[in-house]
Amino acid sequence: MGDSAYSFSLTTFSRTGKLLQIEYALNAVSNGRCSLGIAAKDGVVIATDKKVSSTLIDVDEVQKIQSISPTSGFVYSGLGPDYRVLTRSARKNSAAYERTYGEAQPITQTVKQTASLMQEYTQSGGVRPFGCSVLAAGFDEDGEPKLFQVDPSGAYFGWRATAIGKGFVNAKSFLEKRVTSEILLEDAVHTCLLTLRESFEGEINGKNIEVGVLEKGGGFRILKEEEVNDYLNEAN
Amino acid sequence: MSILAYNGAAMIGMAGDNCVGIAADTRLGAQAQTVACTFQKTFKISDTIFVGLAGLGSDVQTLSQTLKFRKNLYELKEERTMKPKVFSAMLSTLLYEKRFGPYFIEPIVCGLQDGVPFLSGMDLIGAPVFTDDFVVSGTCTANLFGTCESLYKPSQNPDELFETLSQCLLASVDRDALSGWGGVVHIITKEGVRTRELKGRQD
Repeated sequence: MGDSAYSFSLTTFSRTGKLLQIEYALNAVSNGRCSLGIAAKDGVVIATDKKVSSTLIDVDEVQKIQSISPTSGFVYSGLGPDYRVLTRSARKNSAAYERTYGEAQPITQTVKQTASLMQEYTQSGGVRPFGCSVLAAGFDEDGEPKLFQVDPSGAYFGWRATAIGKGFVNAKSFLEKRVTSEILLEDAVHTCLLTLRESFEGEINGKNIEVGVLEKGGGFRILKEEEVNDYLNEAN
Repeated sequence: MSILAYNGAAMIGMAGDNCVGIAADTRLGAQAQTVACTFQKTFKISDTIFVGLAGLGSDVQTLSQTLKFRKNLYELKEERTMKPKVFSAMLSTLLYEKRFGPYFIEPIVCGLQDGVPFLSGMDLIGAPVFTDDFVVSGTCTANLFGTCESLYKPSQNPDELFETLSQCLLASVDRDALSGWGGVVHIITKEGVRTRELKGRQD
């Protein structure tokens, strides 16, 4: 029995068989800043728009891409504080895995665990679903670079390239035209920036976007402002 | 007397050429009194992993079941087979989780990882050692070290490995009152596992 009369699940089926709270959560994701990722042959790139609502905000203190382990990273669209809960849990889980089995946690497992957590918040009492979708970059058990998306419902998908957040439909059709199974990491970074620029309001630069790169055989790294600018200059 | 030596045990894990073997005695005693001569101390975890559990008989049985359970759960969760190295790490953490109320077991792990022998041994709180020749455990480790150090040769084929393991085990337990009374040898190759029982002296 719950402790209070209100400790029941908010996500109850509507008569049409829908879970409205989950659909609203997906709306929260679609209203968030756009994030996208590409899984290339030799690595994964994830990137996000991190434009802020006021010029007074110190953008150096905004970190949307987070590393989970030395070889994996997350980015999100939607509610930032909710995302923090997910990264915290994924980091802890990932570290515990490595401690137990003596090898890095495959991204497939990190994703499953994150998805389970998100599912739990659609069926528990006294909570609401997470207001964010996550893109996860990492290696699978064979060391192949992989990109995953996890939604508030707890559903997860493996992608060659995808986008979430504001304008994700356009971004995805843009990616569809440019991403092949043969794409290499350098190319993928440029394609990512190009896609981001398409929907970007204003001038894109190293300050208002964030890029994370995972190289095959290497680790996950968030690019510095200058490195992003270098990539942008190469494209011009 | 330590509870680790209450029931008695002798076991060896040894690497060969693309094969690995594990041998153990089958005695269960209550100190000097022999209770059974058919006590299982080596367990098949998968086609390529064997674990030998030397120590307290009750913990041998509990731990063998826990290990099989954890390994099965891992394979269902991850949709892949468990590698010997991962199994060894898992066993080590399992033991250290009980740091202040340990299982009285000193295990050895033998396996083939992509055809290459894997050997590890650990103490009752899971501090591992990894070797590429042989590991021993049980109440007659001193004797086992002696016989293994004299009879071990690198790159033995499965038949030679079986012979070496059998001779090492039988010779060692003859000079230990707490182990012996029959033995068992498993030879793990890429093709499969071959198990043979050893008769041993009954005195």
